[in-house]
Amino acid sequence: MAMKVSILIVDDEDSVRDSLYNWFIEDGYDVECAENASKALSLIEANHYHIILADIKMPGMDGLEMLRRIKAVKADAIVIMMTAFATVNTAVQALKDGAYDYVTKPFDPDDLSHLIRNASKQVVLSTENAQLKERVTKLENVDDLIGNSPAMQKVLSEVESVAQSSSSVIITGESGTGKELIARAIHFNSPRKFFPLVSVHCGALSESLLESELFGHEKGAFTGAMYNRKGRFEMADNGTIFLDEIATISMKMQVELLRVLESKCFMRVGGNKEIESDFRVICATNRDLKKMVENGTFREDLYYRLNVVNITIPPLRERVEDIPLLVEYFIRKYCESMSRDLVKIEKAALARLEEFEFPGNVRELENMIERAIVIGNGKEIKLKDLPLGKQVAATGIESLDENEKKHVAQILDKYNWNISKSAKALKIDRVTLYNKIKKYKLRHP
Amino acid sequence: MLQPHILLVSFGGFEKKLLQRLAEALRIETKAEVQVRDIYFDLNLFYDPTRRQYNGNELMKEVDALFPGNQKVIALFNVDLFIPILTYIFGQAMLNGRIGIVSAYRLGNERYGLEPDPALYFDRLVKEIMHELGHMLGLIHCHSPLCVMRSSTYVEDIDQKHSAYCKNCLEMLSENTGHKT
Repeated sequence: MAMKVSILIVDDEDSVRDSLYNWFIEDGYDVECAENASKALSLIEANHYHIILADIKMPGMDGLEMLRRIKAVKADAIVIMMTAFATVNTAVQALKDGAYDYVTKPFDPDDLSHLIRNASKQVVLSTENAQLKERVTKLENVDDLIGNSPAMQKVLSEVESVAQSSSSVIITGESGTGKELIARAIHFNSPRKFFPLVSVHCGALSESLLESELFGHEKGAFTGAMYNRKGRFEMADNGTIFLDEIATISMKMQVELLRVLESKCFMRVGGNKEIESDFRVICATNRDLKKMVENGTFREDLYYRLNVVNITIPPLRERVEDIPLLVEYFIRKYCESMSRDLVKIEKAALARLEEFEFPGNVRELENMIERAIVIGNGKEIKLKDLPLGKQVAATGIESLDENEKKHVAQILDKYNWNISKSAKALKIDRVTLYNKIKKYKLRHP
Repeated sequence: MLQPHILLVSFGGFEKKLLQRLAEALRIETKAEVQVRDIYFDLNLFYDPTRRQYNGNELMKEVDALFPGNQKVIALFNVDLFIPILTYIFGQAMLNGRIGIVSAYRLGNERYGLEPDPALYFDRLVKEIMHELGHMLGLIHCHSPLCVMRSSTYVEDIDQKHSAYCKNCLEMLSENTGHKT
């Protein structure tokens, strides 16, 4: 249905108000009138008018002063100034103060029709624009960031404060904690949200591929480069580039990356023209970059360049109170996507989920819920639908030693008895782990 | 029938024969009963010397006072009409009102340096009367290019449209008046 445009007429002369009122009513507009600027301002405060048609010469507050006051509170208001005594000075002043147009009374009927039709078109376009922007924002909202726990709330407040700047951000957190979601939340809450968020999974690409991916290439730069190709930095112009698994890039790429971050200029592979791009960098890693700097596997200068803001996402086991909310969210998500009725979750199953360690974090929980919905009875997720393994299947009171034995065995199983990885996961050294294997008489299956 | 009574009043300068033809054309278009009156009236009181035109708003009030009652009154003038915000008007009526005014002054070809065309002049006059009558019956401007309720700011615009209401406007009229059209 077409939008009905509303018009406010402000003029101290009854005859002008009445004539304009009749004219616009006959054209199908919603029309209201005010006989002076003060009344108009109170009407504008209480209602929304698409177009305001105001006389300049009025007793008391004149039209120009009213225009300034309207613009101070509603910068996008369309105000058309009318006058019977046109001078260049008042016209210039009105337009400088933000008037949409300036017309002299009496108008040619055709001019008035055109003027209002053009203003209406702008109203419709602005409204459509606002609606589209709202829709884009809604599409990319941060609904996926679930959590009321203090740890998650801290992350969300960091996201909110960092979003408005253009500073580089490093997001750290274990695998499956939602680093990419945080990057999206930062981007789509920033002034860059109407430009692209370009993601690059550095770990998935070899050095040469990553170079071509990031910087683009010219036709003939290498065998198979049949066409010019834009790189990700170029595509992220005015937007954000998200470099996932930043810790995996080679030393050579680190040098290249540092140069681009410092100059925001680069050349395509095989090219000789400098390309400028205004992008914001957000990186993510599940590794300790500081330690890598100390070990000499990550450049210190690049680390400091990237690490302007650091957001650490807590693992799921440190925000157990968010598990019910996450479970509810994933149930709704997967039931809707599978066009099924919403299922419930058995109390015992939820309690066990809250006890579980979740080494794979939220991603693991999500997969568990998806699986449970697929294989479940369609009404309720039961404990047996959840692949929780032995860890939470234990019942009765157990000693600390028994618990430790089970936990060590589980970790060893998980890492296929790789002592180094298991020791790292347990946060103990290899010798201690060997001692515990010996103590609990654990055997490689 | 749209309305039982339409009173077409000439405020001077129109031939009786033309008025009768206009009434007949209106009867055909509206299926309403149309009466014609020709009165003598001193228009000087409504003349604005600074604009050298006649004040349409004031004339509407005067017509309203002269012809009280429930009938729809369309006053025909042969002088140039204005309202304060517009340089000229072909006609004016209140939405859902009782009074409408129409000026024939700018409808003749001779005003535009062309050969007089009595048939075209008559057509334009019928269309303007039908347009103002539409407003008096609650119709707003229509976007259909051929509907008589389309807004016309130049005489050429009047020539583009037909003298009848479009299907949508007729439906709206039927809802507004409660009469079948």
